[in-house]
Amino acid sequence: MKLYLQNFLKYKHLLRELVLRDIKVKYRRSILGIFWSLLNPLMMMIVMTIVFSNLFKIQIENFMVYFLTGQILFSFFSEATTIAMGSIVTNANLIKKVYIPKYIFPISKVLSSFVNLLFSLIAVFMIMLITKASFSATIFLIPVAFLYLLIFTVGVGLMLSVLTVFFRDMNHIYGIVILAWMYLTPIIYPIEIIPIKYLLFIKLNPMYYFIAFFREIILHGNIPSMELNLICILISLISLVLGLYAFYKNQNKFMLYI
Amino acid sequence: MKEEIIKVNGVSICFNLSRERIFSIKEYFVKRVKKQIGFEKFWALNNIALTINKGEVFGIVGLNGAGKSTLLKVISGILKPTRGTVVIRGTIAPLIELGAGFDMDLTAYENIFLNGAILGHDKKTMTGKLKEIISFSELQDFIDVPLKNYSSGMIARLGFSIATCVEPDILIVDEILAVGDYKFQEKCHERMKNMMNNGVTIIFVSHSTEQVKQLCTRAAWIEKGHLKMVGDADIVCNEFHKNE
Ligand SMILES: Nc1ncnc2c1ncn2[C@@H]1O[C@H](COP(=O)(O)OP(=O)(O)OP(=O)(O)O)[C@@H](O)[C@H]1O
Ligand SMILES: [Mg+2]
Repeated sequence: MKLYLQNFLKYKHLLRELVLRDIKVKYRRSILGIFWSLLNPLMMMIVMTIVFSNLFKIQIENFMVYFLTGQILFSFFSEATTIAMGSIVTNANLIKKVYIPKYIFPISKVLSSFVNLLFSLIAVFMIMLITKASFSATIFLIPVAFLYLLIFTVGVGLMLSVLTVFFRDMNHIYGIVILAWMYLTPIIYPIEIIPIKYLLFIKLNPMYYFIAFFREIILHGNIPSMELNLICILISLISLVLGLYAFYKNQNKFMLYI
Repeated sequence: MKEEIIKVNGVSICFNLSRERIFSIKEYFVKRVKKQIGFEKFWALNNIALTINKGEVFGIVGLNGAGKSTLLKVISGILKPTRGTVVIRGTIAPLIELGAGFDMDLTAYENIFLNGAILGHDKKTMTGKLKEIISFSELQDFIDVPLKNYSSGMIARLGFSIATCVEPDILIVDEILAVGDYKFQEKCHERMKNMMNNGVTIIFVSHSTEQVKQLCTRAAWIEKGHLKMVGDADIVCNEFHKNE
């Protein structure tokens, strides 16, 4: 265990370089550069506000912020896991030729997406200012909310990257899964419209809790309950442990498949 | 005086050929149902035992597909042996392929830091070595050009310069000196000679037995995954030639 930690520390420079590389390459060619991370959720929000804000019988207080808070978290999760899942296969060339701890690839991809999430956060603040939403001191809990989600996402990313090594068509399947998952997460609709009998579906959805946590501190200015905190911690740790375990068990076989 | 730096204990590597072909879930289930998942085993290395001492220049010869690169991968930790163990004392710079890990969209300057990090060096070390890398590779005028606009020889120059900028305990060289023009090859040889004088252990794979005889003290001959012979470089190379 100590040895693994040492190894990880040795390669933290590489992790940083890989994340920097992703950001550089992603934004080098687009004129709007890093502002895409900001503009994208804003434009989505405008569309969604026009289409949905009057659709539901229950009025959502400050629909724009409600939507954005859910949207940026879910698109982070969706983007990060989708890129992470292919990361071992895409870096096959490197993995075959240099010794590098392989988990560095999915993790670096998740972290690159995480940087985008931080930019998207600016969009949330902008809209909060424009709509004159109240900022409460609980926004200082944002790092906690993001940390829970980050750990959960790393775990899922690790699991998916392992699966993709063995089954290359995973990405097609996952594209459908993530779409369904998005609709099953209360991002554009309020949870109150879900009939009681389907509520269990929502309650089994990990993303629901992370988004609820985030909305609690941004929209309602409440410190999330102990229960919600525990649920988030539990989910993210389970995901991380499963991800690391799946990765650790299979990583020596990767070379034979990539 | 003799200090073991690499010890390869009865290493075997098994590739599973048939398994490699299943790449989709659909295919997997179809084959599962039809019970077609066979296990066609291929032993790329068979019970290899070697010890290499500190400061030695060790050559490996063998025909195409003999398992030389596979053995180097096991030694550098890229491949886990199916059986047996490898014990290493020191840091390794594996030059299995120059420029593995370069990002073609980034400039040479950015790639120096990325590739350095891949080899385990931090930013500070690389900043310190930057001048030396640029001057050794003679790419001063191209340092802010994306690598996709480089020639393959230029990429090899940059790769070699980065990989050898920090002196490792063990240097692994897999037929990489064939790239680059004559002048740069000379330079590479000189740098390797310098490393030898500084006591760096070098493992050298080449198809040119002349080179092996010239550079190496000892050599191993691998044939179809079996260790055929180990010993004095001249004797092993001559035997290898006779059999060819
Ligand atoms: N990932 C892999 N999966 C299956 N077989 C492999 C794999 N890698 C190598 N092999 C097989 O292992 C054998 C040894 O390959 P290796 O690359 O070590 O040869 P080599 O001695 O370096 O040859 P060359 O002189 O051409 O470089 C070959 O028959 C090759 O087909
Ligand atoms: Mg080879």
